[in-house]
Amino acid sequence: MTTEILRLPRPVTGSRSGPLRDALPVGVVVLALIALWYGLAVWLNAAQVIDRFANNDTAWTVRELVDATWSMERPVLPAPHQVAQNFYETVFDTAVSSKRSLVFHAGVTLSATLLGFLMGAVLGIALAVGIVHLAVLDRSLLPWIIASQTIPILAIAPMVVVVLGNLGFEGLLPKAIISMYLCFFPITIGVVKGLRAPDPLQLDLMRTYNATPTQTFWKLRLPTATPFLFASLKVAIATSLVGAIVGELPTGAQAGLGARLLSGSYYGQTVQIWSALVMASLIGVLLVFLVGAVERGVGRAMGAAR
Amino acid sequence: MSAIDPIPTPASGSAGADIAPDAVVARNLSLIYPAADKPVVALSDIDLTIRRGEFVSFIGPSGCGKTTLMRVVADLATPTSGSITVNGVSPHAARLSRAYGYVFQAPALYAWRNVQRNVMLPLEIMGLPVAERRSRAARYLDMVGLGGFERKFPWQLSGGMQQRVSIARALAFEPDLLLMDEPFGALDEITRDHLNEQLLQLWNRTGKTVIFVTHSISEAVYLSTRIVVMSPRPGRILEIIDSPLPPQRPLDIRETPAFLEVAHRVRVALRAGHSYDD
Repeated sequence: MTTEILRLPRPVTGSRSGPLRDALPVGVVVLALIALWYGLAVWLNAAQVIDRFANNDTAWTVRELVDATWSMERPVLPAPHQVAQNFYETVFDTAVSSKRSLVFHAGVTLSATLLGFLMGAVLGIALAVGIVHLAVLDRSLLPWIIASQTIPILAIAPMVVVVLGNLGFEGLLPKAIISMYLCFFPITIGVVKGLRAPDPLQLDLMRTYNATPTQTFWKLRLPTATPFLFASLKVAIATSLVGAIVGELPTGAQAGLGARLLSGSYYGQTVQIWSALVMASLIGVLLVFLVGAVERGVGRAMGAAR
Repeated sequence: MSAIDPIPTPASGSAGADIAPDAVVARNLSLIYPAADKPVVALSDIDLTIRRGEFVSFIGPSGCGKTTLMRVVADLATPTSGSITVNGVSPHAARLSRAYGYVFQAPALYAWRNVQRNVMLPLEIMGLPVAERRSRAARYLDMVGLGGFERKFPWQLSGGMQQRVSIARALAFEPDLLLMDEPFGALDEITRDHLNEQLLQLWNRTGKTVIFVTHSISEAVYLSTRIVVMSPRPGRILEIIDSPLPPQRPLDIRETPAFLEVAHRVRVALRAGHSYDD
């Protein structure tokens, strides 16, 4: 059930802060989405509100209905301003050390995300290098890597948590491993493609210089793979955030955005769920943006057209 | 990485090299690509000797094996039968000792390296000290007329300039033998004339052996001391034409009767080998 909710807020990948002329279409779309959201809130919450009016035997106007659907304590779909208010309170007006602070929960998830992403990047790149250089690995490893991704993460996550728990690992590491499990795959696929991308002519050139495979790797294959690497890192960092949140669900974790979602759904606190989702997508956007910034920096150092 | 890098080989046989081996000796050389229906004979019974200091062009229509022959010399392709030596040793040994510089049809510059670092690439691989790399890059970029462009990236240069960088790169590690595979094929005629003239001056100045693949008759005649005319299906040598033209050749030489006479012989030879059966 919780996964349904989780799938909704995909971090907006590839968002680019454009010049002013981009502001108008973006603004129009945002306004349209907010209007749609308010409309949906009325539609989805109306039944409950009408029931309540009927129980209290009160006559109601449309204005009263709309007002009520936008200010319920436990709405089916909270209105944007309710989410914004909850978000603001739990981010800015709550002590960061408090269990009610969204900053605290975001920090917990973010650390698992970053550790998982780091491990996933190392694993993904190492696998790709092995696959490109050893024909044996290409044939023996790739099917397993692909098979690993066909197993739903929700099936694996509890087992990872239980097994690692028995080994004495709790908290950050199990979540990071689940996150890694999810994010190494796009990196491996992208980097394999990138390392094989050099032009045959450029490879011949290295051969005429009698370059060693190591030299060919550092001077030709890796630079050629860089754009592929960054494209997959962007996908992977968003995926590793999802992995970290999913990793928090089966543990009954006390902290983290996943725990926040879980407790929200236990107690019907939909506003809390939505503000956690907003936080998750903001983190996703931020992370993808950061990878993009590093990409641009590296591109400049590598002489990309400015 | 650099553990197995050998000492840079200054194999220049200028002094005391009266017994220096020929640059290329091929005997009964054949290369057959296996194919599903019918094997492709890329090279058939090639007999060819290229002496040091010669400028030899391979000319012929597409599929005549001129590039394949050059790739065999460069140890980028392996012959099926026959023998070949490069500087007196096998092509493989010659490649390991970095005996030749290869200039491809496309510049094949590395987009993420600026002009200077592109030229320094082979020197890095050979493990030369940084100061030496810099000074050689400067010297050879000057030689191809690109002094001052060190910091530019390939995308900032025209096609002709890019190809000149790739020539500087091939010269920078100072091989005896320069293999050039249609290096000016993609350039406009004005740039091509200009680069032909520069290449000839370079050859006169350095005395390197040059093997040059082209399908332009006038380019072949203008540049070469000998022209190897080849023909497809199977790839073979039809005729080897010695050029009587002097080593110093202004561009105008292309209008002289001697030049036209050589060009005519090349054309006749090409026509003789050309079958219009497809």
